[in-house]
Amino acid sequence: MGREGIEAYRGYMRHRYVALLLLLCLLAAMAVVSLSAGSASLSVIDVLKALASHDGSPESIIVWNVRMPRVAAAIVVGAALAMSGCVMQAVLHNPLASSSTLGVSQGASFGAALAITCLGAGMQSGGSASLLISEPYMVTLFAFIGGISTTIVILFLSRLRIASPSVLVLAGVAISSTFSGATTLIQYFADDVMVASIVYWTFGNLGRAGWNEIAMIGAVCVPAFVFFMLSRWDYNAIESGEYSARSLGVNVGVLVPLSLGLSALITSVSVSFTGCISFIGLIAPHVMRRIVGNDYRYLIPGSAICGAVLLLVADIACRMIISPVVLPIGALTSFVGAPLFLCLILRERRVG
Amino acid sequence: MIDVRNISFSYGQKAVLQDVSFSAGDGEVVGILGNNGAGKSTLITCINRVRRPDSGDVIIDGLSTGSMKERDIARLIAYVPQNTEAVRISVFDSILLGRRPYIRWGMGREDIEACQAVIERIGLGSLQLRCMDELSGGEMQKVMLARALVQKPRVMLLDEPTSNLDPRNQHEMMAIVRDMAREEHITVLAVLHDLNLALRFCDRLFFLKDGRGFCCCGRDEVDGGIIRDVYGIDAEVFAAGDRRFVLIGG
Repeated sequence: MGREGIEAYRGYMRHRYVALLLLLCLLAAMAVVSLSAGSASLSVIDVLKALASHDGSPESIIVWNVRMPRVAAAIVVGAALAMSGCVMQAVLHNPLASSSTLGVSQGASFGAALAITCLGAGMQSGGSASLLISEPYMVTLFAFIGGISTTIVILFLSRLRIASPSVLVLAGVAISSTFSGATTLIQYFADDVMVASIVYWTFGNLGRAGWNEIAMIGAVCVPAFVFFMLSRWDYNAIESGEYSARSLGVNVGVLVPLSLGLSALITSVSVSFTGCISFIGLIAPHVMRRIVGNDYRYLIPGSAICGAVLLLVADIACRMIISPVVLPIGALTSFVGAPLFLCLILRERRVG
Repeated sequence: MIDVRNISFSYGQKAVLQDVSFSAGDGEVVGILGNNGAGKSTLITCINRVRRPDSGDVIIDGLSTGSMKERDIARLIAYVPQNTEAVRISVFDSILLGRRPYIRWGMGREDIEACQAVIERIGLGSLQLRCMDELSGGEMQKVMLARALVQKPRVMLLDEPTSNLDPRNQHEMMAIVRDMAREEHITVLAVLHDLNLALRFCDRLFFLKDGRGFCCCGRDEVDGGIIRDVYGIDAEVFAAGDRRFVLIGG
């Protein structure tokens, strides 16, 4: 009987790993589709050839130099946002938590906008409408300060007894509008070019990130992912209540602020290079909860992969809907994400 | 062997526990009883330092837990809270969480085997891959007990382990608790409200009154007088064979 029980459990774990593997295959497929979509039409076969050769042919240059950074940015940023949402939901014990619903993204965007306009960390490049960030570290630092200060407020509010999941999200709305107001104020005092660049910046644009930026986001996300995975059992323990978690030896007083801080950091770094991209961090973990359950051993990697897939798909849609015009991705994720968010709130009300 | 020494705890100005002391031996089941608000739940959460007591110490097998890390305390003391939230993870994984104080990176073969052994001992085999939110109250309590046992503790704290259970499940639960205490030489401290259940399954009863230890006595020493003093109600204790019963309201 003992053997059988253990075998049955191993089978149960295998199912979940297979689900993650399939999702990873879907991500690879979407990446190839994304590489083949664009103004210069390439077939999937052409893309695969170009990927394999890397020989300086026109196809190879388009795939590697033009489209690959965009795809890589979608994958890294999608994974970062989804991972941070997943961990925030775990430690705040709140299914509605994510960097965009709690105002962390907005705080980070405000910090970045401040650095770009007031401190001269960004400048408008001559002909194109794109904004060059001349001092990425300063922008990231300010984005992080914006994001982390929102996180501290949220952490403080979550400690109050009255803070139900919906109350925290309402607080997030309040915080977001404070930052929107502050950003408006910056725009009021900025000149035309700056206003245009801030507005353009807040749209969210994956094309803005080059290899250096992607490497920087990755350099922050990989250690964060390792930390989150090391804490996966702790997040499972927190799910059954704070006292239960403590009695299992989880140092809640350190784990919660550290997890929230890291989530704020990876959100801020992503936001400072790609602008505000909403709802990926909220939706991806919920999709994965349906597929693998609430076990953070599978939920954290699953959310990361799912977030990457969602952002890739959103990016493909942005480029295809009225091609050759590329729609702002932040607008698209908000359009699709907001109704889903409403559904979640309504379900939360029914259950709670 | 657990020795609780002079535990005091207060919420702001309000003293909840004042100078509470008692001790319990290996394999012993001690019921903690008293009125609502007497400080029973606070006492057991102070014992495993989930709440920080203002003063006092808990000594287990000669070691003071006051300066221990969370992880080390969790290897000595397991805790089953009064209400457990139904988490959407499997029963097996939920029980496996009890190994949390022992792992660094991940669960190994011996963790899974320890878990399987407890599942079989308590008879949860048919439920092990079910999701926690599909379980009944009785099944859920057994899972939480199994998690505590997988922790291989020296002391087990149970906060009203039978509060949501029907009479049959109450007896089943307490019988498992008593048997496991004997087999594994674990000291069990259980907050209970049902005096008859306490007299049936506990070796000794510790009564709390207004945050102070009122008395700690063997189950054969409990009489109507003690119950009257602690709860402020009339009660009589009858003996039938080696069993004792409480009749409330004289």
